Formats: sequence, structure tokens, C-alpha cells
Amino acid sequence: MEKVIFYILAAIILVFSVLTVTSRKILRAAVYLLFVLIATAGFYFLLNYNFLGAVQLTVYSGGIVVLIVFAVLLTAHMEHKLEPVKPFNAIVAGLVALLGAAATIYAIGTYQFKPSTTVEAPYDIEVIGTKLLSYGENGYVLPFEVISVLLLAAMVAAIIIAKKSVSND
Amino acid sequence: MIEGIGIFDVLVVSTAMFFIGVYGFLVRKNLITILMSVELILNSVNINFVVFNKYLYPDMLQGYIFSLFTIGIAAAEAAVAIAIILNVFRKMKGIDADQIDTMKY
Repeated sequence: MEKVIFYILAAIILVFSVLTVTSRKILRAAVYLLFVLIATAGFYFLLNYNFLGAVQLTVYSGGIVVLIVFAVLLTAHMEHKLEPVKPFNAIVAGLVALLGAAATIYAIGTYQFKPSTTVEAPYDIEVIGTKLLSYGENGYVLPFEVISVLLLAAMVAAIIIAKKSVSND
Repeated sequence: MIEGIGIFDVLVVSTAMFFIGVYGFLVRKNLITILMSVELILNSVNINFVVFNKYLYPDMLQGYIFSLFTIGIAAAEAAVAIAIILNVFRKMKGIDADQIDTMKY
């Protein structure tokens, strides 16, 4: 059962990833990206990482895709079609992607992953929250604080960049 | 761990997603579609983190927590990138990557 669900999710991810980068209507590309992100969240749920799946759904498919759709609507018409890709560019980029993918898959296939024999650590929200704020061993308070400063800086920067400048216009 | 699915299958999916993102990054000209390709790449890296955590080191939660951080960074990056794109659109009346050359010469 889980195997079937995994293959369905993998098919959704692959098909809609390809459609995201090949669709000529930009709003449709954003919606295809939404499907990819939701399938990824389903994949996290399949691995029993429920909190991560919820974060993926809210932040990625709830936040970022809405932001992208807003940007699309502010910068292009609904019916606007992107110009077709030049064949030369498509061939070169496709070759780069194919060669890279082949090399990576070959490397993954030949490497012997050691399957773990250890007992699984608990990963409910309580454990995650404690780890994020603990400064002992396996605590993540430093990256947590760094990312909070980063988010503050990004927020201020986004407001300052996007607001209309009074002096120039 | 997913029953009947090895780590190889999952890594193939995320690798394919990564290189589809690379293809889109190289081919597209519109800045927003380039941003979407970058999101695809970040997402595939997230899958890798989670899968390595689940299959190889289930006694620690490093992959889990790092993918939480990656999601946060992706959100910050998208917000700043879209602010820049809107500003560029206002100044140049277009967001194609090949027509933005004001700072080039």
C-alpha cells in the first residue's frame, strides 16, 4: 500500500516538475509548482514526519506559492505567453541536466549506504521544540537565533526594496 | 521508513527534481520562472535531508531540523527576490533576465 502511494507521489512530482519548467503560461507553471510542493508534503507524511509535512504545506504551498502568484499577477497579463525556448538553449541545458542527473544517479547507485540498525529517536513536536531551544548537546539554539535574525533582515529588506521611493518618481 | 522502498528510489526522484530545476534555471528568461526553478532545487535538497535522516541516522534529528531551517530560508529568499523583481519591473517595464543590463556597462 505504502509502495503504491510512494510511486503515485513520485509520478506526480516528476510530471509536474517537468510541466513547471516547460509550461509557457506562467500562472499555470505556478500552479504546477504548487502540485509538486503538495506531493512533497505527502511524501513527508508518508515518512511519518507529520510536523515537517505541515510546515511544508503552510510555508511552501501556502506562503511562497501565493507570493509567486501575486508577483505573476502584478507583472504580467493573465493571457501572457512566454516566448518559446530557443532550440539551441534547450538542447544545451537538457544535455547539462541529463549528464548531471546520470552522473549523480550513477554515484548514488554505486555507493553502499549502510542501513542503520539504531533505534529511531522520538520526533514529535515536543522533542523538536525542546531541541530547537536547547543549548546542550544536539541543541540547535544557535542556528535558530541566526535564522530569526535572517528573517528579520529579510522582512525589513523586502519592505524597503519593494516600497515606492519618494524622491525618484 | 517506507515499506518496500529503498533509499535509492527516493534519491532518484529527488535527483530528477533537482536537475529539472537546473534545466529550468538555464532555459527560462522570465525572472519569476527562474525563481520557481530555484524553489524546485531547494525542495529536492529538502527531500534529501529528510531521507538521509530517516534511512541512515534515525537516532538523530539533524536532517529533520535542517530541513525546517531550509524551508525558512527559502521563504526569506522568495520574499526578497519578489521584492527585487517588483522593483525591477517598475523601473524597466519588463522582467526578462536578458534585458536587465543597467549595471553591466
